[in-house]
Amino acid sequence: MNGYGVLAKLISLGVIALVAVIAAAKGHDAAYVFHAYVISAVAMGLIVYYSRSFSFAPVGPAPASESTYSDEVIKAGMIATVFWGVAGFLLGVVIASQLAWPALNLDLPWTTFGRLRPLHTSAVVFAFGGNALIATSFYVVQRTCRTRLAFGNLAWFVFWGYQLFIVLAATGYLLGVTESREYAEPEWYVDIWITLVWVAYFLVFFGTLLKRKEPHIYVANWFYLAFIVTIAMLHIVNNLAVPVSFLGSKSYSLFSGVQDALIQWWYGHNAVGFFLTAGFLGMMYYFVPKRVGRPVYSYRLSIVHFWSLIFLYIWAGPHHLHYTALPDWAQTLGMVFSVMLWMPSWGGMINGLMTLSGAWDKLRTDPVLRMMVLSVAFYGMSTFEGPMMSIKSVNSLSHYTDWTIGHVHSGALGWVGMISMAVVYDLVPKLWKKADLYSNRLVNWHLWLATLGIVLYASAMWVSGIMQGLMWREYDDQGFLVYSFSESVAAMYPYYVIRMTGGLLFLIGALIMVYNLIRTVRGDSVSESAVGTPALAT
Amino acid sequence: MFNHATIERNATILLVLGFITVAIGGIVEIAPLFYLQNTIEKVEGMRPYTPLELAGRNVYVREGCYTCHSQMIRPFRDETERYGHYSLAAESMYDHPFQWGSKRTGPDLARVGNRYSDDWHREHLADPRSVVPESVMPGYPFLMQAEIDTKYIADHLRANQLIGVPYTDEMVQSARADMIAQASDTGEGAEDLMKRYPKSQARDFDGQPGKLTEMDALVAYLQMLGTLVDFSTFKAETESR
Repeated sequence: MNGYGVLAKLISLGVIALVAVIAAAKGHDAAYVFHAYVISAVAMGLIVYYSRSFSFAPVGPAPASESTYSDEVIKAGMIATVFWGVAGFLLGVVIASQLAWPALNLDLPWTTFGRLRPLHTSAVVFAFGGNALIATSFYVVQRTCRTRLAFGNLAWFVFWGYQLFIVLAATGYLLGVTESREYAEPEWYVDIWITLVWVAYFLVFFGTLLKRKEPHIYVANWFYLAFIVTIAMLHIVNNLAVPVSFLGSKSYSLFSGVQDALIQWWYGHNAVGFFLTAGFLGMMYYFVPKRVGRPVYSYRLSIVHFWSLIFLYIWAGPHHLHYTALPDWAQTLGMVFSVMLWMPSWGGMINGLMTLSGAWDKLRTDPVLRMMVLSVAFYGMSTFEGPMMSIKSVNSLSHYTDWTIGHVHSGALGWVGMISMAVVYDLVPKLWKKADLYSNRLVNWHLWLATLGIVLYASAMWVSGIMQGLMWREYDDQGFLVYSFSESVAAMYPYYVIRMTGGLLFLIGALIMVYNLIRTVRGDSVSESAVGTPALAT
Repeated sequence: MFNHATIERNATILLVLGFITVAIGGIVEIAPLFYLQNTIEKVEGMRPYTPLELAGRNVYVREGCYTCHSQMIRPFRDETERYGHYSLAAESMYDHPFQWGSKRTGPDLARVGNRYSDDWHREHLADPRSVVPESVMPGYPFLMQAEIDTKYIADHLRANQLIGVPYTDEMVQSARADMIAQASDTGEGAEDLMKRYPKSQARDFDGQPGKLTEMDALVAYLQMLGTLVDFSTFKAETESR
């Protein structure tokens, strides 16, 4: 970049820093003041960073050659994915422990369950999942389009802008800044920031598609594109709000009551459908065939899978509001579409699993592939459980209970977590140019610890959820309710401990991954026989 | 003859068709809610929150109470016996945002108002297990010390006014006085408050006379939940679900 470009950048950063400092001085609440200082500090840091490259001398052509892929930003994405993943899993263990042993809330404003729960969900969904999606989409779109990412360094803006969003959202939760919209808790100014970052993300991804050197757009990119566009639509509509003041963090949602509830769950369910499903299906469609070394099982099935999945998912939101004040017709519509959704979901699962046909033997020797297959199996399991729970009569029992939490986690830990970590295992050696992972045995340890953790988690929540639901509606012979609410709370204790244990095993598995990846990047290798090799053969 | 390869070879067509496909469901389900009678009708007794209740509601939102407590009673025998009349759409019409919740780690709170004494709420919020030994709720002792700044409360009412909550200009202007009056132990200004907000309750909620704390606000909010609609006169057939 020439001197004038840098100068323009410095001036605009200076303006941002100045505005942020003024906002900090005049802010109405402590959290807003803190965030204003964070933003001004970031702007000033960037001023120092860019000043060092300031020069009016004419510069030659950009050193970054069009003949290479932009992989540095993907490497950074891998590190961020693993870092936020461990942080998010740890927070999950913490809040699970708080439910078993409430003294751990410490009764301080910043450490209670109510503030840490959104921190946990955002850390795993948006920080861990989001970084995995952004990084892998950048990887996949470059490889399948045989071209470098569009718009030069804009991808770096996406990466760092996204990390700033995470930091602002996370510190905000601890300080009590929340819109109370599940999975969309950040307040108005953070919402505006992430909208800008997301538009940049769209431009990079779509720009790369436009300048592709392949005539054909590979199926993984359809899913990534649908994910990026739909999340933008959902985010903007769901977060429409009026700030009390531009100098304070609080805003009031534009919608109220029943309209607000349906808009929120239209968003909430499709955060699952497009963030946690469509995007990760993009991963499946690229990395599973790549790892197996065979093409996707059925091209026709992937077309049907794509269009039916994105069409049906959007309708499923009302199943979060069964038997509420939402009109019956909307609830029924939500239920019917949720049940129909079972079909494309399993179509996708079959397409992923059957890609292994003719190469199933690789499961014996490749633990990373094993992890991918297991994640797709978990996807199949939770996309059966989901439609079942959306049936109104089932939902009358399961709603408001731990069953929902168990369902979410079999999807989040089993499908999203496992596919992301398998892809990290696949990509790290490639990106850091190493022959292989440090240890495949440790991958196997990770795999089974995580699986055991998920099984403990899900089964504990099935038992506690169904038990809760049954206790609440239990009548005695005289027609009186048998249990007080507090008795149902006390009955949950053992299952909350089991759930915490399951989460802990999942976390330990992730820590083993961290160790394995660090050794891989350092270039260490360990002599071990291939997993699954018969002892006599070694 | 239509060929899917056309879409696969043109990113813009893929983008446009994809967007249309994902937009349909939401439009069909959400748009009617702004027009249908049973989602926009008013029910006798509903009024906007008093300034103190609104501040309490903001504490409720800030502390993430919705992560464990619902405010939506479903029309089942056990729920209506445990919590009271099932919730109506109109009862959350001034809720920006709604607080229906999705999980009951603790009980539903849609009609918790006037069920317990202020003392009980204070004890329970500061140290839940001192009154409910089985509880896993966090303690919020800091609410007793957190004094409320009344400086910005009128701005909060004005923001709500802007998005359709029927606060009058008079309500906005007297927001600060109303807030102080509702939590005062002297009863001063309570009459004006009652005129503007029928069925509101004015007293020193936190047991600390002369101190306006977040505990005052939160308890005032909890004590009004579900108390506005009189179900002895409410006719269910007008509320077809």
